[in-house]
Amino acid sequence: MNARERIVTTVNGRRYEREVEPRMLLTDFLRRELGLTGTHVGCEHGVCGACTVIVDGHSARACLCFAVQAHGSEIRTVEGLGTADALSDLQEAFRKHHALQCGFCTPGMLMTCVDVLEKYPLADEHEIREALSGNLCRCTGYEHIVRAVAEVANKRRSERA
Amino acid sequence: MTDPTLLDRVTKDPGEAGEMRPRSVGARVRRLEDPRLLSGRARFTDDLEPRNCVHVAFRRSDHAHARILSVDVSEASAMPGVVAVCTAADLEGIVGPIRATSRMKDYFATSMHPLARDKVRYVGEPVVAVLAENRYLAEDALELINIEYDVLEPLVDPEAALADGAPLLHEEAPSNVIASRTFARGEIDAAMAEAEIRVSGRFRMRRKTPLAMENRACVAEWDAGRRALTLTSTTQIPGIVRDALAELLEMPGHSVRVVAPDVGGGFGGKGSLYGEEVALAALSRKLELPLKWTSDRLEDLISTSQGFDELVEAELGLTRDGAIMALNADVIGDIGAYSIYPWTGVMEPVQVVSFMPGPYRVPVYRGHVRAVSTCKAPTGPYRGVGRPISTFVMERLMDMAAERLGLDPVELRLRNLVRAEEFPYRVASGIVWDRSSFVESLEAACEAVDYAALRREQAVARAEGRLLGIGIATYAELTGIGSRISAAPGMPINTGTESATVRIDSTGAVTANFGIASHGQGLETTLAQVLADELGARLEDIRVLHGDSSLVAHGTGTYASRSAVLAGGAGTLSARAVKDKVLRVAAHLLEASVEDLVAHDGFVHVRGANRNVSFREIAKANYSDMGRLPKELREDLSSTKTYDPFFGTATAATHVAVVEVDPETYQVSLRRFLVAEDCGRIINPMIVDGQVHGAVAQGIGAALYEEVVYDATGQMVTASLADYVVPAAGEVPRIDIVHLEAELPSTVGGFRGMGEGGTIGAPAAIANALSDALSPFGVAVCDLPATPERIFRLIENAGKAKASA
Repeated sequence: MNARERIVTTVNGRRYEREVEPRMLLTDFLRRELGLTGTHVGCEHGVCGACTVIVDGHSARACLCFAVQAHGSEIRTVEGLGTADALSDLQEAFRKHHALQCGFCTPGMLMTCVDVLEKYPLADEHEIREALSGNLCRCTGYEHIVRAVAEVANKRRSERA
Repeated sequence: MTDPTLLDRVTKDPGEAGEMRPRSVGARVRRLEDPRLLSGRARFTDDLEPRNCVHVAFRRSDHAHARILSVDVSEASAMPGVVAVCTAADLEGIVGPIRATSRMKDYFATSMHPLARDKVRYVGEPVVAVLAENRYLAEDALELINIEYDVLEPLVDPEAALADGAPLLHEEAPSNVIASRTFARGEIDAAMAEAEIRVSGRFRMRRKTPLAMENRACVAEWDAGRRALTLTSTTQIPGIVRDALAELLEMPGHSVRVVAPDVGGGFGGKGSLYGEEVALAALSRKLELPLKWTSDRLEDLISTSQGFDELVEAELGLTRDGAIMALNADVIGDIGAYSIYPWTGVMEPVQVVSFMPGPYRVPVYRGHVRAVSTCKAPTGPYRGVGRPISTFVMERLMDMAAERLGLDPVELRLRNLVRAEEFPYRVASGIVWDRSSFVESLEAACEAVDYAALRREQAVARAEGRLLGIGIATYAELTGIGSRISAAPGMPINTGTESATVRIDSTGAVTANFGIASHGQGLETTLAQVLADELGARLEDIRVLHGDSSLVAHGTGTYASRSAVLAGGAGTLSARAVKDKVLRVAAHLLEASVEDLVAHDGFVHVRGANRNVSFREIAKANYSDMGRLPKELREDLSSTKTYDPFFGTATAATHVAVVEVDPETYQVSLRRFLVAEDCGRIINPMIVDGQVHGAVAQGIGAALYEEVVYDATGQMVTASLADYVVPAAGEVPRIDIVHLEAELPSTVGGFRGMGEGGTIGAPAAIANALSDALSPFGVAVCDLPATPERIFRLIENAGKAKASA
């Protein structure tokens, strides 16, 4: 159990080298080893989506990954989006539309949105709701999140056009 | 059937923040707490890790009901990395059991030990605490603990627990009923016998869990030098926890500080005192170690307070004209294993009977309630508390009566709602309704959905064989209640007041300390909006502090739709007193009289003259720049005020649900949902909308998906998020909202509380819509959640009944 593995990962553009127990979850690695506590843990069984991060370009549940699986990977977490005084357009849209209340699911929700906004047109409300269906939010009833995502999706589509 | 463009969004698009507005209250101000939450820079309890922190894991009971014969911790204690293994014996003499007392007659206060002693009473009850160098090791060591149990008969069914000869869960109690109460006005039997029309039913709401996205956690730090304790906890009630710990640990309040940092939702589930908090506090002091515990989702599901578990038999009697004559209700509340602190297990079921008559004129009423203990997690407050069930029952009865009378459900409601000229109206159970939009909300909702057109569309759909239904629920709730009314019956703590300290410091910045604890409500923003207007300060010059027992002498927290009303009121009173001081100083600096001064945007101006002075200069002149003010004019630019709304106020709303049931799978789709509500003066419309959306989503969960299931042995079989299903984005429709500001209540600021209403109205509206949709089968929904399986059985049983008739 205690034999440690050396892993090298890049998180938000910064390279980290650490020795970890093979059983350490990626969530604990990010939160405890690297101090990146923006990634939250809601269920530890892959349902709620609060721990969503982007691993090599795809959203992933950090609670279902071992840190050692991230060896050689490039990871993006919420800390890699905008900062408190310079939010990204997605974060800004969340704020404008009041798409967060307690803010606990928000980092995972944002990382899912980052992923789906890059991959899908999200042209209507139904598509947006489908895209968000792997992330639970208990505060907002999703309505304002849908509006925020729709605004960013429209903007991205018109930028591409 | 519903074209989404039919009804234009009633809510408007958010405007730009920072707009120059004469008033902040009423504006869609962007939240001040958002930047840290959006950027991953917030600080939640589990983000905290003191140096040399020791991690705690709890070994919990595997049995619903058992006597603890022995606990062998020797192997666990010997495991490398384990610091200590503690049982009830280690807490003996240093901390007593948690008891929620009450002045209620014949109430039995259970004793809940932070670590179970002698007996376990539900699966998930903490028995042993393992302290280790990290959470992984602590959880490893749990496996090495051997507990020998003598398994007792589990009490799972609340009706069986009531029966004579049922085993006692608490042997020192006279029975498993911890309290019973009757509310009565008039002669129920005579009135019911006189009623020309009677409708009745047996209604059931199945147990829910609040399910905040953040699991419960706490960190206890004992300062051995100062002999002081700080508990950081995922709590809604830091003030109540501080007072309770001070008492349980026999420490003065100045040496116990309870901090609720950023908290990831509560909904009532973080609104009670927990054994884990007490155990960590006591062990941190005893062992002189910083301790941290973070629960996982399994622990949260099995041990966080649950709610809404009632069985109701009710009958409504009316005249042939549709006037309500009498209401009779018998309620059994399944409170779980312990009576929770401080609310007691009686609060929820008693609210069911006290609110059962709803917003209607009910001349004769009898409501009887029994709170029964069973081998399940304790129940506590959950968004809506009792009223989701009372509204479900009453609104179902209203629809059943309308059907019998051949009246439209809207018409029957209009005939019975308390009307504007009747306020204040005393309900048969003793509640007094303050003026609120009872009739107006129903009328506004019908107008917004074009009710007549909806019924026509329904007729067309029915002709096509589609199962489409329309459901209405009108309700009222008490919010922002003051000291006159106890939040829970006979409770020995005061939840009716809040205080605030508003202070302008030597830099001219405004800091406001509150006893409330915002955990998603956005109170850092809304309270700042209120203060900005009162002081004439800019939003960015104000910081609202909350969620820390050291901020105020007495405060409780955020629950029961109270914070905007109580903290808003206290903040307003304090700000007014501070502003008087500011103007006195400004008058001297500007050589003008106070009456000629006006403050806005952080400056005091002389009306009609081009002279002003900033708050910053005022503060400097007052505190630092000696010589600018005569000594007797210098004063502390701060004020502390307490606000007590005494009775509090009422909030009313009407919900309209349109559902369609798939005739093959019985899957329910929500085609439309509308809320017309009156929360008095709106501080921030965006936040009010968000509260309505979120609460309705929880009401949708309660109506269609969510159910905590215990099997016959008392094992919880819904102990993961794959089994306990809450709505995701696809299960919640667009929710339309109509805001009414009919007549402002007499609270300071004219605010009404509004955080819980969505969960109160939605289950009833959906149950009515489902019953309407399924009326071709002659069935009615009386059991929530109405899962496809329940609907299937309902229709099957109706078919069988018809066949055998």
